[in-house]
Amino acid sequence: MREKKQDLIDQTLQDLNNDGVDRRGFLKCMAWAGTGLVWTLSGGIPASRTFAKGHGKDTGKGGDFSFVQISDSHIGFNKPANPDVTATLQTAIDKINALPQRPDFIIHTGDLSQLSKPSEFDTLDQVLKGTSEKQIYFVPGEHDMLTDNGEQYLQRYGKGTKGTGWYSFDHKGVHFVGLVNVANLKAGGMGSLGHEQLEWLEDDLKARSASTPIVLFAHIPLWTIYPDWGWGTDDSEQALSYVKRFGSVTVLNGHIHQIMQKVEGRVSFHTAMSTAFPQPAPGTAPSAGPMKVPSEQLQRLLGITDVNYLVSGRSLAVVDSPLGDLGSSDSGSERSLAGADAIVG
Amino acid sequence: MKKKNIWVAGLVAPVIIAMLLLSVGSPSVTANDQLSGANVEVKIDNFSFAPDTIKVSVGTTVTWTNRDDIPHTVVSTDGVFKSKVRDTDEKFSVTFTKAGTYPYYCSVHPKMTGKIVVQ
Repeated sequence: MREKKQDLIDQTLQDLNNDGVDRRGFLKCMAWAGTGLVWTLSGGIPASRTFAKGHGKDTGKGGDFSFVQISDSHIGFNKPANPDVTATLQTAIDKINALPQRPDFIIHTGDLSQLSKPSEFDTLDQVLKGTSEKQIYFVPGEHDMLTDNGEQYLQRYGKGTKGTGWYSFDHKGVHFVGLVNVANLKAGGMGSLGHEQLEWLEDDLKARSASTPIVLFAHIPLWTIYPDWGWGTDDSEQALSYVKRFGSVTVLNGHIHQIMQKVEGRVSFHTAMSTAFPQPAPGTAPSAGPMKVPSEQLQRLLGITDVNYLVSGRSLAVVDSPLGDLGSSDSGSERSLAGADAIVG
Repeated sequence: MKKKNIWVAGLVAPVIIAMLLLSVGSPSVTANDQLSGANVEVKIDNFSFAPDTIKVSVGTTVTWTNRDDIPHTVVSTDGVFKSKVRDTDEKFSVTFTKAGTYPYYCSVHPKMTGKIVVQ
């Protein structure tokens, strides 16, 4: 007979997986997006504080560092709610350049372009030249594989990668793995990693000690958010089984153009906002297409993600900030996740 | 005997003519009816193919038009046909010269599936 409490916890997480976010949950997420909260997993208890307070005052001690995740720039998209995705990407870059604590690098979790056109990649590169951080890591989205099975993407951004563009690297003791789950998609399915990549991943992680913090990043979410809209990865369970033994695992994804978060054991999942256009919450619209919003609201629904790694706690703090409402610290809410659906073992 | 033959012909002939007229087809048939004639349309919108299953006769050309604000593709699961990426208002056509069932999907959004049944 399993522990009743464990069943209850699993049940809560299950509901999130199977039913997607309900209306209340969606509204909660929207509030998070607007205020830019810092989530820190420290000593096993998640806690939050607002982005504006105390951030940047901590001088990096030893191996502390931060990096920024941006996603879904969709260069080439030109319809409502955003006829100028290049401009909003520029706003995101400006915001990154203005961060008080300089990030060590940027990660782009895919859908760089809208139609995989050379001109779109060229425009992206042009805008990214304006970042203070020259090191940018990429993984492709399905929009980057539209012509020639991603050949264009690999030529431009895939140096040193394997297969359809997967790779790993280490930075100040943290092991980063870029995965590709948008290639060779099967009819009726969701995202897919494929056998070859999974074998490579297992091998890549084998020699790592369990105390190495792991960051996995891929375009489509590596957990099932909403199968009807393809928001999940068919074979992610196997990938996640390889990281189960590690003390701290962070999964960063894009694709759904909104923030969703989940903590399961020692694995934290997080999806980023797009810099191009928002998408509706699961099941709240006929399809996952671009969500049309009044232009004054647009900037609040696009954003960047700042991730801080703190050596002392071996933890990663994930901060989402919208492009609009800069310095929105008036929320002042100090909230812990106790009582919510986050469990850290 | 002759009288009977004429009488039968009088009944059968109109039936045959009626059947021929029906088989020429009209645009107002429902999705599950046999569609024939030169061109049949499938609309791509809201991440779906509409209608998602159609029956056509050999020689029919099926044209997909993307009315969505997101690009899609039309790809046969058996490798029989494969469109380039189609942005909004772009089209893709296939003329089916052989009977059979042709399941297809959007390779960008694989949850989008459809089927052409050629008879």
